[in-house]
Amino acid sequence: MKRIIVRKDAYYDSVFLMLINQDVKKTDNISEAVVAMGTDMNRDLLKGMNMSNADVESATANDLIVALEGETEDALNQAETAVYSLLKKKSRTSEQAFRPASLAAAVEVLPEANLALLSIPGAFVAREARKALERGLHVMVFSDNVPLEDEIRLKKMAREKGLLFMGPDCGTAIINGKPLAFANVINRGPIGIVAASGSGLQELSCSIDKAGSGITQAIGTGGRDVKQEVGGISMLMGIEALAADAETTVISLISKPPAETVVDSAIEALKQSGKPAVVHFIGARRRQDEGRIRFAPSLEDCASIAVELAGGRKHNPTEFALSDDEIAGIVATESASFGRKQKYLRGLFCGGTLAEEALLVMQEALNGVYSNVHPDEGYRLADPTVSREHTIIDLGDDTFTVGRPHPMIDVSIRNEQLEKELRSGDMALLLLDFVLGYGAHRDPAGAMVDAITAARKAAADDGGYLAVIASVSGTDGDPQSLTTQRRTLQEVGCVVMPSNVQAARLALKIMQRVR
Amino acid sequence: MSVAKINQLFSGELKVLNLGLEEFSASLQREGAEALQVDWKPPAGGDRHMVQLLERVESNSALKRDQANDQAVERLMKSKPTLIDIGIACDVVPGMHKKLVLHSGPPVTWDKMAGPVRGAVIGGLIYEGLAKGPTEAEELAASGDIEYAPCHHHDAVGPMAGIMTSSMPVWIMKNETFGNTAYCTLNEGLGKVLRYGANSDDVIKRLKWMGDVLSPVLKQALEMHGPIDMKNLIAQVLQMGDEGHNRNRAGTSLLIREMAPYLVMLDRSKQELSEVLKFMHTNDHFFLNLTMPACKAAVDAARNIDGSSMIVAMARNGTDFGIRVSGLGDQWFTGPASRVDGLYLPGYSEADAARDVGDSVITETGGIGGFAMAAAPAIVKFVGGTPQDALNFTRRMYDITLRENDTYQIPALDFRGTPTGIDLFKIIETGVLPAINTGIAHKDPGVGMVGAGLVKPPVKCFHDAFEAYAERYGTKP
Repeated sequence: MKRIIVRKDAYYDSVFLMLINQDVKKTDNISEAVVAMGTDMNRDLLKGMNMSNADVESATANDLIVALEGETEDALNQAETAVYSLLKKKSRTSEQAFRPASLAAAVEVLPEANLALLSIPGAFVAREARKALERGLHVMVFSDNVPLEDEIRLKKMAREKGLLFMGPDCGTAIINGKPLAFANVINRGPIGIVAASGSGLQELSCSIDKAGSGITQAIGTGGRDVKQEVGGISMLMGIEALAADAETTVISLISKPPAETVVDSAIEALKQSGKPAVVHFIGARRRQDEGRIRFAPSLEDCASIAVELAGGRKHNPTEFALSDDEIAGIVATESASFGRKQKYLRGLFCGGTLAEEALLVMQEALNGVYSNVHPDEGYRLADPTVSREHTIIDLGDDTFTVGRPHPMIDVSIRNEQLEKELRSGDMALLLLDFVLGYGAHRDPAGAMVDAITAARKAAADDGGYLAVIASVSGTDGDPQSLTTQRRTLQEVGCVVMPSNVQAARLALKIMQRVR
Repeated sequence: MSVAKINQLFSGELKVLNLGLEEFSASLQREGAEALQVDWKPPAGGDRHMVQLLERVESNSALKRDQANDQAVERLMKSKPTLIDIGIACDVVPGMHKKLVLHSGPPVTWDKMAGPVRGAVIGGLIYEGLAKGPTEAEELAASGDIEYAPCHHHDAVGPMAGIMTSSMPVWIMKNETFGNTAYCTLNEGLGKVLRYGANSDDVIKRLKWMGDVLSPVLKQALEMHGPIDMKNLIAQVLQMGDEGHNRNRAGTSLLIREMAPYLVMLDRSKQELSEVLKFMHTNDHFFLNLTMPACKAAVDAARNIDGSSMIVAMARNGTDFGIRVSGLGDQWFTGPASRVDGLYLPGYSEADAARDVGDSVITETGGIGGFAMAAAPAIVKFVGGTPQDALNFTRRMYDITLRENDTYQIPALDFRGTPTGIDLFKIIETGVLPAINTGIAHKDPGVGMVGAGLVKPPVKCFHDAFEAYAERYGTKP
């Protein structure tokens, strides 16, 4: 039985509603629950689910739709009550302070504001971002689905006005030590970061923190900034601003491989800065050092070299932080008891860049690893949810996040995929990343330990053994605490490595022992 | 390329405006940064086409919309509507003649007129002696011999059906600042009255009495009193619980107070003077026919300002709801008149209601009426709510207006000025429609008022108007 309610003129943020959806679906005897705004897309979705009616069809993007399907009238009542109480939670918090209804009104309330952070639907970003720039605000756009032409236009406008434009699809930045969107709590220090990769920036800044140093600023640019068409506008402005920043003594630049022209101008800008710099192009062949500019083979190495350049701990270019003997011991233990059918590695990643980094470590040595983010089409998964031999999946892929928050927030995405991997019966090793910090799930390790324990038990029941290798991007200053999260994972038998690249290297060594 | 501003950001304190996920504000606040959460909604209710039009208007750097709107709203607020006299329509209303019938709202032809408007036209023709009875009047009305025009086209406004014919007495409201004038008939009272489409003998008889007794008496008293500053009077009534559209009890009382000392001086029988005073006293809406031309005179001063997106007329004729925009000249943009959401007098229900009708929404256009709802908590029951709802109604209207009024103030909002100067651009951008208080007429001619409430104007007229505005003032697509 179904119940469909349309509430006129009741706007809620879509991510907020997704979280409500998740909770409502857990109500007993509820088979389907959609709490969404009446956008074209959502109305089509409901129609496809056979959960539409005349009210739904005439709903607008400002109208809230609650569509429930359940077994009993009682269940529907319960779910409906749950929706309202969850929605009310929001409205109560919103009563606490005055909320201006538009950017223009907000500027009047807080005239000294200097940055606008946008996490609104991509189609509306261009308009609000332009208004922010017109009012002299620096801008960070968390939203994705912003048309490329808009990005180019906005960045040119920002450049003309000398304003910083981070994003779109910029998941993280740290300005003056304050976290913007998804970001870790990192010590202040002498290293300035420019990054065209969200999880890359998080891993890099956390590694700098772990190595005992800190950062001045961490500027995100959004992944498309380094495309030929955009020309690295934000990256170049970021480098120049860090060059002019007295607090910054070392510049660290990371990105997926940029367009050649962007590489050239970025390197030129770093040379012009007169400051030592360390660069890592994730997934690209390592370049030769050029004068003051060093190139790093991984995110962690990039951090380590930056710390050395800033006068901190010396860079140690070894594969592991642990001794060879210790590593050999772990490899022996973890590879001792695989069952006959257990042959493959499965990497389930929340961080896209981290998935790519792991892929790069293993691709050649394992004679090919399949992935939904593989640069080589021959190894790209036809269906990102279906693994094949050695597989690394970026769970941040659109396939997994339609109508759901990112797996860094919604941990059930990874738990569901793990169940799938278990059913295939051929998984020997599970490789995981955990990303802490503001914006992320409040206890990502804790939310996964039951699934990990169950998976390891299933392997043991089958007469085999499941090796689980993990790394945690985070610091002890983060709300989740790095130490606590690591301990939680170790307690259920995970091997927790100090960095993503070390976790990948260890996983490779173990997999090489599988016949 | 200069990055000096970015370095300023690095050396100062981060202060963030957050549009979207609230959690991001919370994180920043927890780490000691100032973050203001914006209650953001998709512009134009998520209507892509309207957003494109907004962009076209915004991207025209040659258009000085803000200056044009400043000019428009300043003219509206600097206006000083003053009641100077009572005259006969054909003598004073421009273009008025024997066979012209003025009605409320945008233009409408006889065949499309709503029931109450037709009934009032019939009554008007009988009153003028152009027809002996309703049947003859109806034939004449449909014959093509009678010319129809909106009051608005003749510097006038009329409540409900808004019928004005050549020999009716009218208030003369002069805008002392800009010299323009507005006209409105005298209010007939409640119940079976012409403006609700009634045209029976007693209705005509009352109209005759108004022409023969009421208006000459008031005209004489007004001459002795001298011109009445309406702006001042309206400012007072807002502090006495009126909003100037659906509640006019304080205004009517004040008018009686102004006139009484002079009425008693007139060389008229006690009987007549008593009838005049009683007529005003028993009709709380007597003052409405003064707030309306006062607002009309003020808003007219803001018409035809190139580039201005300020709305300078809203009016309904029972068939269509129409608006005019300062920067778009005389053109009306219309949509079907809505049903009123309101409370009904005992014995009536929504099934009896005519659609929204009347020029009285000129009061909202001028910054009172529904926009000053917070001043009139006594009538919040019309909107089915609490005094808090009344406050919120007014608060919401600040989102779509250009200024806070410098004279009309609301005590309950700490004497904040009423939201004044409705901006079409802001209506489109926010999706917020003007809040309009109104009376409800019976759908059949001659029955009268059946209730009062709140009406939402049709969104179509605003969309059409903005389409035309963007076409004229926006960049090419």
